[in-house]
Amino acid sequence: MIGTAALAIVALAIASYFMGRQRAASFPVAGMHSRPTYHGAFTALRTSLAGLVVLIFGALITAFALRALIYGALPADTAGLAEIERELIVQDGIALAEGRLSSREGPARSAVAEAYALYAPIRQWGLLLISLAAAAAAFWMSYRQLSPAFRARNRTEGIIGWVLVFAAAVAIMTTLGIVLSLTGQALSFFGDVGLFNFLFGAHWSPLSGVHSGAMDSDKVGAIPLFAGTLMITAIAMAVAVPVGLFAAIYLSDYASSRFRSIAKPLLELLAGIPTVVYGFFAAIVVAPAFKGIGESVGLSVSAESALAAGVVMGIMIIPFISSLSDDVINAVPQSLRDGALGLGATKAETIRNVVLPAALPGIVSAVLLGVSRAIGETMIVVMAAGQAANLTANPLEAVTTVTVQIVALITGDTEAATAAGPAFALGFTLFCVTLMFNIIALQLVNKYRERYD
Amino acid sequence: MSDATKISCSDVHVYYGGLPSTRGESVHAIKGVDIDIEDNLVTAFIGPSGCGKSTFLRCLNRMNDTIDECVVQGRIHLDGEDVYAADVDPVQIRARVGMVFQKPNPFPKSIYENVAYGPKIHGLARTRAEFDEVVETSLTRAGLWDEVKDRLDKPGTGLSGGQQQRLCIARAISTQPEVLLMDEPCSALDPIATGTVEELIEELGQKYCLVIVTHSMQQANRVSQRTAYFHLGEIAEYGTTEQIFTNPKDERTNGYISGRFG
Ligand SMILES: Nc1ncnc2c1ncn2[C@@H]1O[C@H](COP(=O)(O)OP(=O)(O)OP(=O)(O)O)[C@@H](O)[C@H]1O
Ligand SMILES: [Mg+2]
Repeated sequence: MIGTAALAIVALAIASYFMGRQRAASFPVAGMHSRPTYHGAFTALRTSLAGLVVLIFGALITAFALRALIYGALPADTAGLAEIERELIVQDGIALAEGRLSSREGPARSAVAEAYALYAPIRQWGLLLISLAAAAAAFWMSYRQLSPAFRARNRTEGIIGWVLVFAAAVAIMTTLGIVLSLTGQALSFFGDVGLFNFLFGAHWSPLSGVHSGAMDSDKVGAIPLFAGTLMITAIAMAVAVPVGLFAAIYLSDYASSRFRSIAKPLLELLAGIPTVVYGFFAAIVVAPAFKGIGESVGLSVSAESALAAGVVMGIMIIPFISSLSDDVINAVPQSLRDGALGLGATKAETIRNVVLPAALPGIVSAVLLGVSRAIGETMIVVMAAGQAANLTANPLEAVTTVTVQIVALITGDTEAATAAGPAFALGFTLFCVTLMFNIIALQLVNKYRERYD
Repeated sequence: MSDATKISCSDVHVYYGGLPSTRGESVHAIKGVDIDIEDNLVTAFIGPSGCGKSTFLRCLNRMNDTIDECVVQGRIHLDGEDVYAADVDPVQIRARVGMVFQKPNPFPKSIYENVAYGPKIHGLARTRAEFDEVVETSLTRAGLWDEVKDRLDKPGTGLSGGQQQRLCIARAISTQPEVLLMDEPCSALDPIATGTVEELIEELGQKYCLVIVTHSMQQANRVSQRTAYFHLGEIAEYGTTEQIFTNPKDERTNGYISGRFG
């Protein structure tokens, strides 16, 4: 029904566009401020915005009202039940009223169904009528405003400006909301177990004591997780940085333009492979291969090794580094290269002494962005790195990472509310670290941009 | 070929985008140029935009090798030695034939390092004292020493346009090339900086073989002893600057020069 209302408002807006334009077209052209299309656009925007705003806010407000009314209809004997059971009764009642299957039936559920069947249509028809009335009123008011001197163009631009501001505000607000809730939950967890225990404890087994009630603050030490993340990230960067950088140098300065036009998209294709594919590639192909090779030379390699996960993650990150570096290397002006070549420098000398130093800030920031991807990468490590929170420096053993533990906590058997504490704390740490890397990377780019113009 | 001839070219052709027979677009930018460039004086290349002055200039130190699918044909001899012979290293040619570009392009390094870079890669100086000397003489000859001697460690990109161009000239002469090519070296400069650079060109022209591309008739007239007029990828006329400007033999040269002055 809300969809129907929205459609009706849009139809009304389209009609009002033509009517506004029509009216303006009848004005004398001399002395008219705006062209007729702007008059049409102004009326249409006013009409649709008024209708949609009333519809959306009306829908939200009446949803609360409807809920209150239905809870009011619950029989008195349900007052003693837990909130979650009352919720279940309400859901069943609504299902009954809409003719769907409900899990159970009973007098309380029938009461809810009755109330719902009474109020829901009122709400829907009311919404439709009120929003259409608002749209029509807005249309009538704007239509009367139209006159040769009316500044429809400026007013239209103004309305569009506000719509854009609103869109930007929605994006920023949701981000802020997520960050705030993450911070709040993480802080309350730190309050329970102590920030020091979390950051510097060496034993990670946060759910081992939960059945006895409280979380054991000796078992929430995230050091093994940080160490595992660090090791896998280091392995990944050891693969991705040299390969990505050399590929970028080759593509930008050595390859013929024809080869480059084929190779660059191919390399970027790597970035399009879903990480879950890399993940099972790591788990099914690479890890067993490493194990086999290791055993043939007498090393003990576990089936899930940090090395396998790190190497595959490195391959995943190559295109990020090569593509970003290629862009910054290309942005070094040809005139600088000519200057060095004209002095009799060889190609390699030119690249080493002139091009790379000039592109260095950009390359560093590409590497930092790669690091923050490696830290936040989940799928590959979930499948290939293992679950056990070992504190080890041996890349041939299984390690676990921050992201793996978040997945384990949230998808595990333990009730979500209990597992959420440590998960939020880990997520918050991850967020802070990647944010820091991204900020440093952007700062570097901005700081050196003017200098190497 | 007289004794004074430094660079001798005959039947030079340049194609951009591969030879015409290959598929794709090919531009025939230089169509059979013959010229003997003399030592110890300044030769100016003039001509309308797009006629191939820069292209031909870049053939002389094999800078066109750096452009994808640019084909150079014909004979270019430097001191009687074929510049395009198979066993010649273009890097060595460029060390002997220096180049100054239209837009000043100092490296994003200090003034000192800008000038010391050439001697460093060619091993012309080893000790700190030797480098100091090269830097000082090059900057002095480029007429920049007094202005920058107190801030040699500051970035070369922080200088004014005219100072940057003189820094690039100092950089180019720091390796003691035999020939110096300049592609519109003053086009990004104001009249005062242009005056300084022109004086420098006149002075350098007495010791080097200097080739300069310019769009300014007056500049060609002021600084050069020989002038070549390029027209649509060919040299329409080549002679002493005085003769070209007072008594051009070719109709096209006449049109170009009188068009500018008249
Ligand atoms: N890299 C290139 N690829 C393809 N064509 C080119 C390239 N460089 C120059 N050309 C073409 O070669 C011809 C000669 O160009 P060139 O730059 O030598 O002219 P110019 O005489 O220096 O002109 P200007 O006085 O404007 O600098 C022009 O038609 C130009 O379009
Ligand atoms: Mg040119």
